Amino acid sequence: MKKSIAQEFFKGFWEVLPPFRLVLGLCPTLAITTLAENGMGMGIATTFVLFFSNIIIASLKNIIPKKVRIASYIVIIATFVVIVELVMKAYFFPISQKLGLFIPLIVVNCIILGRAEAFASKNSVIRSAADGLGVGLGFTMSLVLISSLRELLGRGTVFGVGVMWSGFEPFGFMVEAPGAFVCLGMILALINLVPKKA
Amino acid sequence: MIKEYLKMIVVLTLIAMVCGFLLSAVKTFTYEKIEEQILVNVKGPALTNVLSQSSNNPINDRMEVELEGVAYTVFIGKKDKKLYAVAFESEGSGFGGKIGIMIGIDIEKSVLSGIGILTHQETPGLGSRISETSFTDRFKGKPLTGNFKVKKDSGDIDAISGATNSSRGVCAAVDTGVGIYLKLKAEILKKFEEGSEDK
Repeated sequence: MKKSIAQEFFKGFWEVLPPFRLVLGLCPTLAITTLAENGMGMGIATTFVLFFSNIIIASLKNIIPKKVRIASYIVIIATFVVIVELVMKAYFFPISQKLGLFIPLIVVNCIILGRAEAFASKNSVIRSAADGLGVGLGFTMSLVLISSLRELLGRGTVFGVGVMWSGFEPFGFMVEAPGAFVCLGMILALINLVPKKA
Repeated sequence: MIKEYLKMIVVLTLIAMVCGFLLSAVKTFTYEKIEEQILVNVKGPALTNVLSQSSNNPINDRMEVELEGVAYTVFIGKKDKKLYAVAFESEGSGFGGKIGIMIGIDIEKSVLSGIGILTHQETPGLGSRISETSFTDRFKGKPLTGNFKVKKDSGDIDAISGATNSSRGVCAAVDTGVGIYLKLKAEILKKFEEGSEDK
């Protein structure tokens, strides 16, 4: 049964939710989620790349020969990543400084190549756009969730705003690398409580 | 068979070409904006550090000075409306690549008013410690006639232990910077006089 466009869009929020359901794209999920702001920036950058690369790949799917498809996808994805990098440097400099190397690394984020290979290369442009946007926003949501949690426990703030009671002693551990694993593990455990559809 | 290969080559070449054009267009479009952002966000803090006594904004009071066909951007530090120090960029080779520094020179006293590290690719945790003020402060107040080498090379600067090559890179950058300054000094003073007469 074919899904409607809306279903293609909303599946990115649960069914194929990248870091939590597919457990893909863990490098940025673990590395940059120390501040809610960073998670948000990374998520939006990835969404942009995913959306446009899906559109371009879907519209070129009949032209690109099968044997060089991966190379073509990588070139297209890399182009959008560099565009994002330049635009972020030009207009959102402080956050691009914080994300640093992880912006160029979006090229090898398996979510993007995964969607290109598994979805955009087989579906129409509109479907691929909905899929890219949905998965991208799902990814952004997940990053914001995990980074807010880490920022809340590790610093007592969310998006830089203090929300904990005075006298709250932050767990410095949560903003360190091991905190990322612990936090991700907890979320995955909670999510797996929800039974998977057969 | 041949046709299939040809198609692969043509398609991939076309994609790469279009992407290349697109990127160079975006690069040109964002170039000035990025330079401006770097000026404010990276060089700005370094400047306030190396020209800490200035009462003006050195980013606004900058000028281009030419030496042997190379243009240098010189940032002016003023105290009581008088030129007291200048700052400009210099570079040297470190352990992992080029180290770019901002070097500030006190004109009145002929000493270094400070240095700041702008860019580097040194090993995190070892060479990257050259950006720490405990290291950059070792250059503060050194006379321009000083020997800007690490102590191992019989110079005046204490290297960071475990990061001798990175420290050498910074010393080389300072040495180059001082060399540039000595050649530029007359030109800078002349230009500054002209500039203040206009006002």
